[in-house]
Amino acid sequence: MSTDLAPEVAKPRRFKFNWVDSFLWFVRVAALIAITIGVVGSFQNFAAGEGPSATAWRDLIISSITTGSMYGLIALGYSMVYGVLGFINFAHGEVFMSGTMVGLISATMPFNNGFWDSSPFISIVVVLLVAMITSTLVAIVIERVAYRPLRGAPRLIPLITSIGVSFFVQYAFAGLFGVATRNYPPSPPGLAADLSIFGITLPISGTRALVIAVAVVSMIGLWYFVTKTKTGSAMRAVAEDKEIAGLMGIDVDKTIVTTFAVGGAMAGVAGLMWALLFRGVDFLTGFLPGIKAFTAAVLGGIGNLPGAMLGGVLLGLFEGVGPLLVLGGLGIPGVSQLKDAVAFAALVLVLIFRPTGLLGERLGSEDRV
Amino acid sequence: MKNKRSLRFLAVLGVFSLVAAACGDGGAEFEEGELGAVTVEAGEAIQIRSLNAISGEVAFLGIPNERAVEMAIADYGQIHGHDVDMGTGLDDLCSAEGGQQAAQTIVSDESIVGVIGTSCSGAATGAMPLIEEAGMVMISASNTSPALTSDLEGTAGENSFEGYYRTAHNDLFQGQAAANFVYNNLELTQVALIHDGDPYTNGLTTAFENAFTELGGTIVLHTAVTVGQTDMVPVLTEVAAAAPELIFMPIFPAEATFIVQQAGDVEGLEDVAWMGADGISVENFMNLPESENMYFSGPDTQFATNTNESTDLSGEQFLADYESEFGEAPSADFWGHAYDATTLLLEAIEEVAVVDGDVLHIDRLALREAMTAVAGYSGLIGEISCDEFGDCGSSVISIFQHNNLADHQASKANILYTYPES
Amino acid sequence: MSIDRYVRKWGPVAGLVMSFMAAIGMIRSFDGRMMINPVLSLGYIALLLPPAVFGYLAARGEVNVLEEQERDVPGGAVKGAMVGLIAGLVTVVFMLVTAPFDLSGFFPNINDAMVDVMTFHQGLGLGSLILIAVSTAVGAMGGALHGASEVVRAGVLRSLGWVMLFALFELVVTDIIDVRAIVRFIYAAGGGLQLWSALIIAALAWWLGGRYAGRRAEFSDMAKASEAGSRLRYSLIGIGILLLIILPMLVGGIVNELLINVALFILMGLGLNIVVGQAGLLDLGYVAFFAVGAYGTAVLTSPLSPTFAPALNWWLALPIVMIFAAIAGVLVGTPVIRMRGDYLAIVTLGFGEIVRLLLLSDWLTPYFGGAQGITRIPGITVGPLTISGTSPELFIYLTMIFVAIAAYISYRAQNSRVGRAWAAMREDEDVAEAIGISTVKAKLVAFVTGAIIASFAGALFSAKVGTVFTNSFDVLVSIIILVVVIVGGMGSIRGVALGALMLIGILGGPKSQGLLTEFAEFKLLIYGAILVFMMLKRPEGLLPSVRRSRELHGAEAEQDAWLDRRGDFVDEDAEEAIT
Repeated sequence: MSTDLAPEVAKPRRFKFNWVDSFLWFVRVAALIAITIGVVGSFQNFAAGEGPSATAWRDLIISSITTGSMYGLIALGYSMVYGVLGFINFAHGEVFMSGTMVGLISATMPFNNGFWDSSPFISIVVVLLVAMITSTLVAIVIERVAYRPLRGAPRLIPLITSIGVSFFVQYAFAGLFGVATRNYPPSPPGLAADLSIFGITLPISGTRALVIAVAVVSMIGLWYFVTKTKTGSAMRAVAEDKEIAGLMGIDVDKTIVTTFAVGGAMAGVAGLMWALLFRGVDFLTGFLPGIKAFTAAVLGGIGNLPGAMLGGVLLGLFEGVGPLLVLGGLGIPGVSQLKDAVAFAALVLVLIFRPTGLLGERLGSEDRV
Repeated sequence: MKNKRSLRFLAVLGVFSLVAAACGDGGAEFEEGELGAVTVEAGEAIQIRSLNAISGEVAFLGIPNERAVEMAIADYGQIHGHDVDMGTGLDDLCSAEGGQQAAQTIVSDESIVGVIGTSCSGAATGAMPLIEEAGMVMISASNTSPALTSDLEGTAGENSFEGYYRTAHNDLFQGQAAANFVYNNLELTQVALIHDGDPYTNGLTTAFENAFTELGGTIVLHTAVTVGQTDMVPVLTEVAAAAPELIFMPIFPAEATFIVQQAGDVEGLEDVAWMGADGISVENFMNLPESENMYFSGPDTQFATNTNESTDLSGEQFLADYESEFGEAPSADFWGHAYDATTLLLEAIEEVAVVDGDVLHIDRLALREAMTAVAGYSGLIGEISCDEFGDCGSSVISIFQHNNLADHQASKANILYTYPES
Repeated sequence: MSIDRYVRKWGPVAGLVMSFMAAIGMIRSFDGRMMINPVLSLGYIALLLPPAVFGYLAARGEVNVLEEQERDVPGGAVKGAMVGLIAGLVTVVFMLVTAPFDLSGFFPNINDAMVDVMTFHQGLGLGSLILIAVSTAVGAMGGALHGASEVVRAGVLRSLGWVMLFALFELVVTDIIDVRAIVRFIYAAGGGLQLWSALIIAALAWWLGGRYAGRRAEFSDMAKASEAGSRLRYSLIGIGILLLIILPMLVGGIVNELLINVALFILMGLGLNIVVGQAGLLDLGYVAFFAVGAYGTAVLTSPLSPTFAPALNWWLALPIVMIFAAIAGVLVGTPVIRMRGDYLAIVTLGFGEIVRLLLLSDWLTPYFGGAQGITRIPGITVGPLTISGTSPELFIYLTMIFVAIAAYISYRAQNSRVGRAWAAMREDEDVAEAIGISTVKAKLVAFVTGAIIASFAGALFSAKVGTVFTNSFDVLVSIIILVVVIVGGMGSIRGVALGALMLIGILGGPKSQGLLTEFAEFKLLIYGAILVFMMLKRPEGLLPSVRRSRELHGAEAEQDAWLDRRGDFVDEDAEEAIT
C-alpha cells in the first residue's frame, strides 16, 4: 500500500547525533524534572497537612481506576478493529453513546414504576442487555454500510469515513433524542452505599465495585473468546493476514463482522458503566470518551488487548490524579480545567518514551510495514 | 460597494420623487440627524430584529428571549399606524464571530431600526462595532459582562459602545448581592468558587471574589472545570481539600448536574452549602433531588404583580400567555428582561418618530437619546432607568433556596434575600 | 408477478430514509423555508427526494458500463412508482405505529406536528393517502426520467437545478440585484420564488441550456487541443480573477461576510493541504496553529492584552506571529516525527486540545485573558483606512491577497524539490529515505509551512472579529478544515476552494452560518453524510489533483494488486468506488 500515511516504526538505527533526538531527550528530561518537582511539592503539602487527606487521595485513586476501566472497555473495540483492519474507527465512541442512550429508555421505564429501586439487579441486567444489543447492532450496521465497501482502500480513506460516520451518528441521535442531557436514575440505595463483605466495609461504593467487577469479567471473557474459541482464532488469523486466512478457509467477512460486534458489545458494557458512574447522557457523550479510549489503546500498545485495558486504567489515573498531584504540586491554579490537557500530554510523553505503547503493538503483517 | 450605494441612492431618490409627486403638499419638514434616519413608507412595517442564541447548548437561554420579543411586539400593536416586524429570529451562536456575522445581516438592511440581543456577552463584543457604526440601537436582555457597560462606579467598560443598552443586570451587581448574602445572612466566611471557562461564569466568580474579599471573607479556592467534563471527582477532591463552608458555582446545567451528583462520592463535602446562579435555576437541574436546599442567585423573577406600562401586561399574565402559546414554561430567567427591552425600544420609536402623512421618519440619533433618557419606566422586571453607559436594568437580584422539588415556582418564591436591600 | 429486485431493495430504503428524516425533525424544520411560494417548501423537497432518487435508481437497475442501457419510459415509471408506493407505505406505517403513543419524552420530534407536516395538514387518514399517492407519483417521475431521452433528461435536471439554485440563493440574488421591484417580481414577500418566476427560470434553463449544450462540447474540445487550449485556459483564468475582483463590489455586506468566512477556510484548507495532501501527514490538531496566529495577533496588537500589550500595528505583528507559528510547528512536529501515521492523528488532535485548554486556563489568564478572551483588537491599517469586520467589502480583498499568497506557496512547493520529497515520502517513506531524502527535514518543512499559513488565517480572523475567545478554536474546527480538504480534493488547490465554497459557504462553518441558515441544526449531520458518501463514491474529492487521483485509483499495477487483495469481498458499491 503505497499511499499509507508514512507508517514508520522505531527500528534500530546507527547511533548518530542529530537535533531531533536531542530535542526529544530534552523533552524527556524536562518532563521528568517537572513531574518530580510537582510530586515532591504535593508530598510536602501533604506533610504540611495541606491539600487532600490520605482518604481523599485513596478515594480519588479508586474513582480514577473505575473511570479508567470504562475507558479500557471502550478501548478494546478500537484496538480489535485496528488490529484486524488497520484503521482508527473514530465512530466507536458513537457506538458507545448509542448503547448508553437507548439503554436510558429501558432504565427510565422501570424507574417510573418503582421497579429500578425494588429490583435493582434485574433492572441493571436489562439495561446492560439493551445497551449491548444496541451498540452491537450499530457497530454491525456501520461496518456493513460504511466500511465494507472500503476494504483494502488506502488507510486514510476508512479513517476519514469513520469521522463522517461519527458526525452522522451523533447528529442523528441529536435529532432523534433531542439535544438535552438526560439522566439515568440514581444508583439503587443498596449499590450507592459502601460495599461490605462479611461485615467488613470496604472504602469503595457498591457501584464502583460493580463497575470494576464488570470490567474485569468482560476482559476475562473477551480474552477467553479470543484465545480459546474457534472464532477467536479466526479473528487472530485475519488480523495477522487476511489473504492467507481466506485461503485457510476462514470466512474473512464474517470474522470482521464478529470483530465489530464484539467491540460493540464491549462498548455497550461500557455504556452501562457510564450510566452507573455519570448518569447524564446526551448525543455528544461518546465523543470525548471515544478519543480518550483511543488514547488508552495507543498508550497500551495498539492491537494488544491487555494493553488496551492497562492503557485505560493508566489514562484514568493520569487524568484523575495527575492534575492534582503534579500540577497542584507545581502551584498551578484551576488544575481540573487541565484534566484533558494532562491526559493528552501523558500520551505524548508515553509515545516519546515508548513509541509502540507500554505493552507493545500487536499488528498483522500488513500493518507492521 | 460604491455602485451599490449609488444604486440604492437612486432607488431611494426615485421613491422620494414619487412620494413628493403624490402628496406634493407633504407634512412637516423632516431633517435627519448625523446618524441618519429610517423612513417607513406608507403601509410598510417598522423593522426590528431579535438576535439571540437559539441553537446548540445555549438555546435554552436564547429561545425564551426571542419568544418574549415576539410576544411584546404583538402586545404592543401598531406604532402610528405601522406594524412592527421582527423578521426571522437571528442566531448569535453565542460567539463573537457568530454575533458579528448576524450583525452584518442586520446592518445590511438599512430599514432596521433596532435589535433586541444578544444572548451572550461574547457575541455582543462581536456585533456591537457594526451596530454602533450603523447608528442602530441594540438592547440586550441577558448580557451581564461589566466590560460592556461600566464598573458601576462611573468608569466605562473596556467594551462599551454607543447605542448599546441592556435590561439585564451587571455581573458586579450579582457578585455583590451573592457575596453580601453569604457573608451577612448565612454568616459564612470560607467559600470555594467553580467556573467553567465561559466568560459569563468566570466573570461572575471573579465579581464574587472581589466583593467577598472586600467584605472580609476568604476565598479558599477559585477553580474551574471545562465544558463537557463529566468526571468531577478530581475537582471535588480539590474543593474538599480546601474545606470551604459554601461552594458558589454559577455554571450551566450539564456540568453542575455531574458535580452535585458526584459530590456524594467525595468525603468532606457532606456539610457544605451549595449556591448556583441563574444558569442552573432551570427545570432540568432543579428536578434533581441533589439540588434540593441549594441557594440560587439571579435576577428577581417575582414579576407576578409587576405590570409593563406599555402593554399593561402583568408578569402572571405573561407566563400564562407563554405557556398557552408555546406549551412550556420559559427555560431561562430573562424573559421579562427581553419583553421589557422590546417595549422600551418600541416606546422610544413611538416617541421619536416624526409622522409625515402616512410616512414615518425615525431619526437614529434621537432614538439613542430617547433610550438613554429612559427613567422610571415600569416594566415587568420593575422600575427601569438607563444610565449613560447603557445599564437599564431594574437590577434587582434575589436569592432563593430550593426547598420544593415538586414545585419550582414555589421554590423560586422562597426568597431569602433581595439586593439592593431596601 | 415477481417484484423487481431493485424495487425490493430501494423501496424500503427510500421509506426508511423518509421516516428517519421525519423522526429527527428535519422535514418539519425545513418546512419553514419556502422554495416556491406558496406551493413548495424545502421540507417537502427533502421528503420527496428519496422516492425520486431511489425510483431513478430502481429504474436504472444494474450498472453495466459495457452495455448500452435501453430506454424504457413506461417500464422505468412503473418501477419508480412501485418504489414510491413502498416508500409511502413504509412512511405511513411508521406514522401509524408511532401516532397512538406519546413518545415525546424520548423522541421529541416524533409528535403531532411532524404528522401534520407529513400528511399535508390533512389529518392522518386522508393525509396518509395523499402522501402515498404523491410519493408514488414522484417515484414514477424519477423512474421515467431514467428512461427518457438524453435531451429530456438533461433538460429536466437542468431546469430543476436552476430553480433550486435560485430558490436557495435568494439572499445572494437579492443582494446583487438590489432593486426592490425586480426582487419582488422574482421572490415572494415571505421568501421563496414566485410561482411564475420559477416557471420562467425553468423554461429559460431548458431553452438556453439546450442551445449552449452543443457549444460547450465544442468548447471543451478546444480546451483539450493543446495550442488554442493553453491560450483559452489563460484567458479563462484571467476572467476568473477579474470576476473575483469585481464580485465583492456587486454583493452586499452579508455575502461579503460569508465570502470572508469561506476565504479563511480556503486559507486554512490550503495550509492543511500541504501537511495532509502533499506530505501525507494526518494532522487533526491543525486548529492549534490558527489559535497561535489569532492569539499572537491579539496579544501584540490589542491595547487591552492583559500583561504584555505592545499594541503594535497589525503589519508589524504579522512577521512576529509567523515566527511564533513556525516555532509551534517545530514544537508539534518534532515529537511526532518518528510516529506512525495513525498515532500522528491522535497526538496532533491532543496537541490541538492542549493549546486550547492552556489558552483558556486560569493559569495563563494573566497572559491570554483566559475565559474573558482578548478584546479591542484593532483592524488592519492600509494607507488611511483601518479595515476590520465592520467593512467586509474591503476586508474580503485583504483575505483574498493572503489566499493568493498561500495558493502561490502551495503551487511552488508542489513543484519544487521539497514538493517532490513530500510526494516520495507520501508514497513510501522507507524508499524516500533510501534514495537520500531527509524525511525529518521534509516533515518539519511541511509542518512549519502549514503552521505559517494557518497563522495568516488566525491573524486575519482576530483583526476581523476584534475579539478572541477560545471557543473559536475547538477540535471541531480542525476536523471541518480536514473535511473541506477531503471533499474538495486532496492535494488540489482548486479543490480546496470549491470544498470551502460548498461547505462553509452553503452549509456553514463551525461558528458561522452559511447561506442556508435552515440547515444549521442539521449541518453536521449533512457534513457526516457527505463525507461518507464521498469516501464511498469519490474518495479523491470533487476536483482532485491528477497525481492524487492516480494514487487513489491506482496506476495499473497497483490497482491490480488492490483488486487481488480485495479478493472475494468485492461488492458492487466498492466496484463503483474504484471505477
